[in-house]
Amino acid sequence: MKLKFLMVTTAAAMIASPVLAADMADELTIVSWGGAYSKSQLRAYHEPYSEMSGTTIINDDSSAEAVAKLRAMNEAGNVTWDVVDVVAADAMRLCDEGLALEIDHDTMLAAAPDGTLASEDFGDLIVSDCFIPQIVYSTAFGYRTDLVGDNPPDDICDVFDLEAYPGKRSLEKRPINNMEWALLCDGVDKADVYSVLETSEGQDRALAKLGTIKDSVIWWSAGADTPQLLADGEIVMGSTYNGRLFSVIEEQHQPVGMLWDAQVFDLDGWIIPAGLSAERQARALDYIMFATDTQRLADQAKFISYGPARASSAPMVGKHADLGIDMAPHMPTDPNNAKNTFLYNYEFWADYRDDIDAKFQAWLAQ
Amino acid sequence: MSDTSATGPVLAADGTPLKRSLARALRVQKTRALMLIAPLLVFVLISFIVPILNMLLRSVDNDIVADTLPLTVEAVAGWDASTGELPGEPVFAALAQDMIVAVAAKNHTKLGTRLNYEQTGLSSLFRKSGRAIKKWDAETVGPFKEQFLDLHDGWGRIEVWETIQTHSRRVTPGYFLNAVDMQLTPEGAQSQPENKQILIKLFWRTIWMSLMITTTCILLAYPVAYLLANLPMRKANVLMILVLLPFWTSLLVRTSAWKVMLQQQGVINDVLVWIGLVADDGRLVMINNQTGTIVAMTHILLPFMILPMYSVMQTIPQTYVRAAKSLGATNWTAFWRVYFPQSVPGIGAGSILVFILSIGYYITPEIVGGTKGVFISNRIAYHISSSLNWGLAAALGAILLVVVLGLYWCYDKIVGIDNVKLG
Repeated sequence: MKLKFLMVTTAAAMIASPVLAADMADELTIVSWGGAYSKSQLRAYHEPYSEMSGTTIINDDSSAEAVAKLRAMNEAGNVTWDVVDVVAADAMRLCDEGLALEIDHDTMLAAAPDGTLASEDFGDLIVSDCFIPQIVYSTAFGYRTDLVGDNPPDDICDVFDLEAYPGKRSLEKRPINNMEWALLCDGVDKADVYSVLETSEGQDRALAKLGTIKDSVIWWSAGADTPQLLADGEIVMGSTYNGRLFSVIEEQHQPVGMLWDAQVFDLDGWIIPAGLSAERQARALDYIMFATDTQRLADQAKFISYGPARASSAPMVGKHADLGIDMAPHMPTDPNNAKNTFLYNYEFWADYRDDIDAKFQAWLAQ
Repeated sequence: MSDTSATGPVLAADGTPLKRSLARALRVQKTRALMLIAPLLVFVLISFIVPILNMLLRSVDNDIVADTLPLTVEAVAGWDASTGELPGEPVFAALAQDMIVAVAAKNHTKLGTRLNYEQTGLSSLFRKSGRAIKKWDAETVGPFKEQFLDLHDGWGRIEVWETIQTHSRRVTPGYFLNAVDMQLTPEGAQSQPENKQILIKLFWRTIWMSLMITTTCILLAYPVAYLLANLPMRKANVLMILVLLPFWTSLLVRTSAWKVMLQQQGVINDVLVWIGLVADDGRLVMINNQTGTIVAMTHILLPFMILPMYSVMQTIPQTYVRAAKSLGATNWTAFWRVYFPQSVPGIGAGSILVFILSIGYYITPEIVGGTKGVFISNRIAYHISSSLNWGLAAALGAILLVVVLGLYWCYDKIVGIDNVKLG
């Protein structure tokens, strides 16, 4: 009886396996950040794409370790991911390491509805040959409206003003962005920030400025930390990604306001791992062609307050799909919010990241 | 006897010499035993030992420079930096040949990342030069020196060439030097500038905080284990569930719960303010520092101390203490002279478990440790997943491994490993 059962199941498995293989052929493993961000991609890209093509999409929330994991997969000779969502700096490093496919943006991506080629539509946002831009997000400050009285902060240097705004603030536990803000508030002209930061004295100067508030800083390493600290009233202000603050303000209705001054723009987008089989690569490219067209990028902005990377998508940004509020004023790229902005300096940080990070960590440990 | 010696060696039933037959039988037996454990052995070898060795080897491996720029490395070896002059045309010609090959294979940016760990700026030097060199081919003619200097002024800096020369060896001590706050320079090993020294400090902090956590675990676990071992079975089992409960809860949930408890607007501070022990503006700082790490990790590792202690204490017969008392010992003397020495093996086992677990911990310190309560493992994680400097991460890991083995050796010499019992 037992033997018979075993034989039947084995036979069944043998019959089923080619079917399974056929199913596999229609699968796409997409790696992203998880949380509200992945949800916005699910609704704007994955669901319509699956419906259209019949492809099953498997989500993997590993973007935070994407570079290290892709490197390990590549060394093991078994890349299991098809499309990966990474920040632009990581896309650049993956491209440097030969771990990401080089993209011909004009032939592999859809043109705008008016016929503008993709490379022009994305413009300067194509910061690496392997990078397919998706959204513009920014790192900005949120503050507790009930803790700042009648004088809400409107200048980045208010972060360094312990007298006007006593209490703790939260900053990211890495030099990037913090060093720029510190120099800006130490009287360095915006245009000169990076030439000052190149020098050892400039780095010491930035750390000295950060040192004036060091005792009042809680250092975060996960994007969810600042929203939580704000909601708990642990801090009076803190930096994080603008989409996180949007959700604290509009979805959770916490008494939090936005300080957009000197927000730092950064890009997030897709890469396709190098070394995929021709068939898998073709499937990944088919998905990318669909998910980065003008309409889809505009659709994503219905679910999260990140700006679409295509110029042609911007006029199509409408209302939030569930809350019904206008999304444009919450976009980092809105003219009212973007009066004074930085763009993450990819070249500079690719060179100086290791050096300045060592100094920054040593300074933190003092 | 003489009969056998005359007719040769003793034979088995099938006619082969008995000695050989016996050896064969034993060999079959041994092979069979080996075959039985082979799956486990292969599994451990492939999934555990080989990857660890492979990772440790990365701490000295430096093939990338000599593999990417083979001709240049050879040509620049004879160059003397102290003359203050750039290398000559032959070196640049070799560089051109190497770079054309490297750019075609997209290896030049990898090399740039590697050399950027040693000297800031080399990452973009190689990336930017690569873009121009893409248009070159074997037909491109020299002189190359001017062409390279036109491409990027980095090629005209003596330090760049010194870095390439210094780090061209296939086996490098550089990562290990970096791991102990030193660096490999053209003049040999030197200390890092003071404002970049952090790793030695982190090693010490990791060790003393782990010792601290082990001590608090011993102090908290001993009474609990004693209680469990001396209660009637039924009550002990109920309490045991309470000890095991944390095991069934996610590590992140437990750590985040401590955040809610310890933060300045958290439960403990709220209660202290409410009963008036602490002023509202003088709330205690108990998280994002060493206190936070010690409290949260003590809680998380406590079961690893209680369980071995409990299983050792269970085997101590209560009659010994009774006998001591009947011979006139006070409660304290009976405990200290009779009970405690018998429970020491449990303390030893628990301490080794907790200490070794805590020395490699990184999630909890990352969440509640702030800047002063993080461990060396947090830096290792950073170099693995963020800076991608796997060589340095491997060197740090190797040092940590040696430190743990060294401490284990000390423990064996002082306490004796025979004195450790898990039950």
